[in-house]
Amino acid sequence: MTTQQTSTPATAQGPFEPEVTGAFATWMADGWTVTWRNLNKVKRSPDMLIFAVLQPIMFVLLFSQVFGGAIGGDNPNFDYTDFLMAGIFAQTVVFGSTFSGAAMAQDLKEGIIDRFRTLPMSPSAVLVGRTNADLALNTISMVIMILTGLAIGWRFENGVLSFLGGVALLMLFSYSFSWVMALLGMMVKTPETINNASFMILFPLTFISNAFVPAESLPKVFGIIANWNPVSALVQGARELFGNTGGTVAADTWPMQNPVITAIIGSVLMLLIFVPLCVKKFGNVSSR
Amino acid sequence: MSIIEAKGLTKTYSTRSGTVHALAGLDLSVPEGTVKGLLGPNGAGKTTTVKVLNTLIKPDSGTATVDSIDVVNDPQGVRRVIGASGQYAAVDENLTGLENLEMVGRLYHLGIKRSRARAKELIEAFDLTAAGNRPVKGFSGGMRRRIDLAGALVNRPRILFLDEPTTGLDPASRLGLWETISDLVRGGTTVLLTTQYLEEADYLADHISVIDSGHVIAEGTSDELKAQVGGHRVVVTVADEGDSQQAQDILRHHGAGKLSVSDGGREISVVVDQGPTTLQAVLSDLGNAQIRLHDAGMQRPTLDDVFLTLTGHKAAQDDDTEQEAS
Ligand SMILES: Nc1ncnc2c1ncn2[C@@H]1O[C@H](COP(=O)(O)OP(=O)(O)OP(=O)(O)O)[C@@H](O)[C@H]1O
Ligand SMILES: [Mg+2]
Repeated sequence: MTTQQTSTPATAQGPFEPEVTGAFATWMADGWTVTWRNLNKVKRSPDMLIFAVLQPIMFVLLFSQVFGGAIGGDNPNFDYTDFLMAGIFAQTVVFGSTFSGAAMAQDLKEGIIDRFRTLPMSPSAVLVGRTNADLALNTISMVIMILTGLAIGWRFENGVLSFLGGVALLMLFSYSFSWVMALLGMMVKTPETINNASFMILFPLTFISNAFVPAESLPKVFGIIANWNPVSALVQGARELFGNTGGTVAADTWPMQNPVITAIIGSVLMLLIFVPLCVKKFGNVSSR
Repeated sequence: MSIIEAKGLTKTYSTRSGTVHALAGLDLSVPEGTVKGLLGPNGAGKTTTVKVLNTLIKPDSGTATVDSIDVVNDPQGVRRVIGASGQYAAVDENLTGLENLEMVGRLYHLGIKRSRARAKELIEAFDLTAAGNRPVKGFSGGMRRRIDLAGALVNRPRILFLDEPTTGLDPASRLGLWETISDLVRGGTTVLLTTQYLEEADYLADHISVIDSGHVIAEGTSDELKAQVGGHRVVVTVADEGDSQQAQDILRHHGAGKLSVSDGGREISVVVDQGPTTLQAVLSDLGNAQIRLHDAGMQRPTLDDVFLTLTGHKAAQDDDTEQEAS
């Protein structure tokens, strides 16, 4: 093909012989192509990258320095910076996942989805590429937060493997949550809607949890909600894996007693439910 | 069997303000290697038709095949053989022109190397070489459009769907695109295009379907449609506006339809039954009335006339020509 050098975009020869064939290989290739496309966007809009880098730094510093003295009271084992890290990490990556929704809505608005949907690409590739790219962005935020945390004195106490397990748990949860947001992104009318809606959902979800203060220090009703909140399980799971509970005792609810399992089950459930829903929805959306 | 076939397509949208029958039993057939033009007023259902055929939406009922592949049952099969460019450019703002086309090639599974080569080739063919390495964000509307059209050609499709392909292009680009399309058709490509420009349909399309309210109201070659609209028009331009009223009376007397008056009353035209004879009669009457003419002559109907007659004053008034046409 490369030998053909006429200036007319001749089509007489008919479609090219595809180089990539087979369902799995095309799925992988398409997923990667869309990921590449989405990461290119990050490269070209430095504001997004700056946001992904600066916001986590700001959160880590603000929370640890502003609330640090006020929380923990007279428990000598309690170090708020240690306690806080898992919470901040969880909050940041969960918020980061909402980007999948906003970006899907934006793609629909810009019409590029119509191009994708007339191509013989794997039906889930656009979504895979979307959530992959956001996982990559979230990973950057995560690394930044870890470094910032370490710089201000945070230490994980259970060894490197356990620490990596905690990080993996956070990434798994946020990846699964991206699919939830991607579905919402395809359902709303404008990208702005998804931003507003997700703040309405995510602020309560992350604040009525054990992310920033121990659940028992919350007003009673909120404490009860917090102990059943999946975000609490995620935070508790990561906190235990980091060895950062600082002597706080997990509440006597099943999710709090088995936080790692709960967070894993929750993530897998989100994937099992929302991946098929997303793919189905994608088959019917069209640009607006 | 034609390479594009649609039978009894319907599509209904329910909106807050009521239900819209975007397609109401639309039939279409495009023989291989020909260009079909879809004409119709805004909201007629042109885009909806194209979107059903290029697998973007599913019809509520009816069937359609492209290259004998059913668009509802095997959309992936259809996507492999078609190229499509929508009414609004579907391009990635953050990618460069080249990257956009490379991405499309990769999603056709051409592999990275071949996708790049094809992207380069198309960027050159569409006169975008200078802009190929800039993000589309900074492109003008026409450049965006051309990237989108190039995207439709990446896989050398034998069947091409173009929804208003030249809207927003400058005259030179429009002519360039017409040539490109003609080249493709000479190479055997089948094209279904919609357009708001009647001269475009006249120039490009072998067959035209006029659509209104979701179904085809007239079909044929451009000449056949013009013949359907009926006779010639007599057009006169009076030198002096003051004579307009009198001249209109004369034309109305000889004409076989409604007058159309433009240019501040100076240009008057009317459909007539017998071309030359009527022109002579009109001229002699105008001469007797001592009306000075700037210009006078006979016109064959244009596609504009076809369009207006077929869709223009529907239901508004009982027009003879419309009765014949439908
Ligand atoms: N997604 C949608 N929701 C509701 N109504 C729709 C939708 N898409 C199309 N319609 C309606 O269906 C009808 C046909 O629309 P379509 O876009 O096919 O028209 P068109 O002939 O392409 O018009 P134009 O010349 O303006 O592009 C219109 O009345 C339009 O409002
Ligand atoms: Mg349209």
